[in-house]
Amino acid sequence: MSGPSTYEPKSGFTRWLDKRLPIIRLGYDSFVAYPTPRNLNYWWTFGAMLSMCLVVQIVTGVVLAMHYVPHIDMAFASVQRLERDVPYGWLIQNIHAVGASMFFLAVYIHMFRGLYYGSYKAPRELLWILGCVIYVLMVATGFLGYTLPWGQMSFWGATVITNLLGALPIVGESIKNWLSGGFSIDQPTINRFFSLHYLLPFVIAGVVALHVWALHEAGQGNPTGVDVRKASDIPAGEPGDTVPFTPHATMKDLFAAVLFVILFATFVFFMPDALGHADNFIPANPLQTPPEIVPEWYLLPFYAILRAIDFNIGPIDSKLGGVLAMFAAIGVLFVLPWLDTSRIRSMRYRPIARQFFLIFVVVCVILGWCGGQNPGKILVPATFSATLEWVEGGTVTQSPVRAEGEAQWAQAAADAQASQSGAAMTAVTRTSATEGTLRAINGGAVQTRTVTGGTVDELEAAVTEAKAAVGQAAPFFNVTRNTPFTFTVTTLSQIATFYYFFFFLVLLPLLGLRETPGRVPDTIAKPVTKQAQGAA
Amino acid sequence: MADAKTIEAHGDDSTRRDFIFIAAGSVAAVGVGATVWPFIDQMNPAADTRALSTTEVDLSAVELGQQIKVMWQGKPVFVRHRTGEEISAAQRDDFANLKDPQSDADRLLQEDGQPGRPEWMILQASCTHLGCVPTFVDGSQYGGWFCPCHGSDYDTSGRIRRGPAPRNLDVAPYLFTGPTAIRIG
Repeated sequence: MSGPSTYEPKSGFTRWLDKRLPIIRLGYDSFVAYPTPRNLNYWWTFGAMLSMCLVVQIVTGVVLAMHYVPHIDMAFASVQRLERDVPYGWLIQNIHAVGASMFFLAVYIHMFRGLYYGSYKAPRELLWILGCVIYVLMVATGFLGYTLPWGQMSFWGATVITNLLGALPIVGESIKNWLSGGFSIDQPTINRFFSLHYLLPFVIAGVVALHVWALHEAGQGNPTGVDVRKASDIPAGEPGDTVPFTPHATMKDLFAAVLFVILFATFVFFMPDALGHADNFIPANPLQTPPEIVPEWYLLPFYAILRAIDFNIGPIDSKLGGVLAMFAAIGVLFVLPWLDTSRIRSMRYRPIARQFFLIFVVVCVILGWCGGQNPGKILVPATFSATLEWVEGGTVTQSPVRAEGEAQWAQAAADAQASQSGAAMTAVTRTSATEGTLRAINGGAVQTRTVTGGTVDELEAAVTEAKAAVGQAAPFFNVTRNTPFTFTVTTLSQIATFYYFFFFLVLLPLLGLRETPGRVPDTIAKPVTKQAQGAA
Repeated sequence: MADAKTIEAHGDDSTRRDFIFIAAGSVAAVGVGATVWPFIDQMNPAADTRALSTTEVDLSAVELGQQIKVMWQGKPVFVRHRTGEEISAAQRDDFANLKDPQSDADRLLQEDGQPGRPEWMILQASCTHLGCVPTFVDGSQYGGWFCPCHGSDYDTSGRIRRGPAPRNLDVAPYLFTGPTAIRIG
């Protein structure tokens, strides 16, 4: 894309260097002369911000590592010491912690940009996949880093996530122990997590280099999704479709980065802990679980997908199903270039896909919200009701029930109840595998009462209360519970999870074949400049 | 003579070449595997971690109706001194509608298969859902344990009765080593 190098060494030293290690030439070709489409909008500036974030995280991280102690008894205190005693430790620690959130904020915008403008399509498939690799590494690094302060949320987050791997059949337990270096999250775990948390950012830096290399080979996309013309195809005297990276893109990226840094600084200086969880200021305690365990905000959508699968799918139990769905949610991004069958890159010219894309963005936000809520929380008010039936007065008779075997128990109990057809009420209490007691009440007045509640717990409380109110007047109760369909956070997560996969696995493949693309405007489809019209 | 030999060595005798090639490749693969394995295996639980695999508990200090948490392999274990009501509630529900059917007597079995004592329930204190530590009684409708994370409710025998957990609380392997002493693990 960049074509032949136009770098000309000016001084004697640079000429000498250029013959031996053309590193200035590489920099010049990549970041100065590199042709960048002239119609890029501000969504294209997040790549530069992400590079900045990576540098910030590595620099602050290396400094933090000079003061941090990866030991279960000292880690928490060493982070507190950093915040309070180390000169400017508070600043550097806050930048690192807030930096993680900013990194993910920028990467999500960068990814949505890629989705909207079809940046994953030929010839940029590998570029996209390398980006997905970076994202997965970022998630791993973020998770490992969150464990290090050794607060309650650090400890229990690590416990829940390693337990997820334990859900894998057969090998799960071994992998779990291998990862944590023991039978629980403990000293070996924090030590290796620290080591890996230090390592992974450099791996990310390496993959970023490949990402940029792939970008410069294929060239940047642009909001129209139409390829820029090669320099040789542009008539003489016409300015062409691209401008040099410096100063055009450099200045634009810098301006956007300044705005981004303002947001960054607002968090660092005014609300450094707003994005974290209060429970992480309690030292880790393996004997006590916090009331709720939630990951950092940037992982909430995947946490919601994990918890959305609360039902068994054939031989896959709900726990493993959730784990698989969560990994599939990231995995599906890797094969996206081959799922989207449309030849149109930019959604500007895909009127239907564009609508579904906007819904997709909303769904991702909803998933994020669901991930932070209690999954059982009822969103649409429902009424649980129960009908209590009892007999006042009458005589109670007891008789034993016997079944020939465990399998025949249900039948025996039903037969016994049927035999007391004259009774006002009967009940069978099982006392062992094949034995039980039948109690029947003859005579007396049958009473009923219906109680209601907004949740199962409220209903059970109401039932208990009603039983207490009747008290000794009734020998026993028959309770019929009516459980309505409830729309909970889990239900919402399930709908959102369904759409997430539906979008990638059904909509994108089908739409590409069915959709009629929008018309490309004349300004793009036809030459409009004076020289071009004259030439035509 | 010399020419003929050269042709033989480099030309038609491909099976010998292939054999050497495959043999060399196999040795290299084994070598790589043998080199990589120590670097993978070093992450497994170390000898000192594995050595901490048993815990002795003195039961005489645990009052009736009380529960203590002891650490075993870095994980908490519940040691509960059950009351008569709790025992009868657990036995009564042996045939209730259970998600993971198991009788109370089975859950009391010692490591060597000997029956346990109904008043001593020894359970691993991690919810089978995602590993949180359930609270003692507080919040449980069945008088047992309640997991605050996702609302799994366990009865006085540690059997799952309500909520997302797939299995009963795991029984910790234990053995009575004296009238009031057990060894876990």
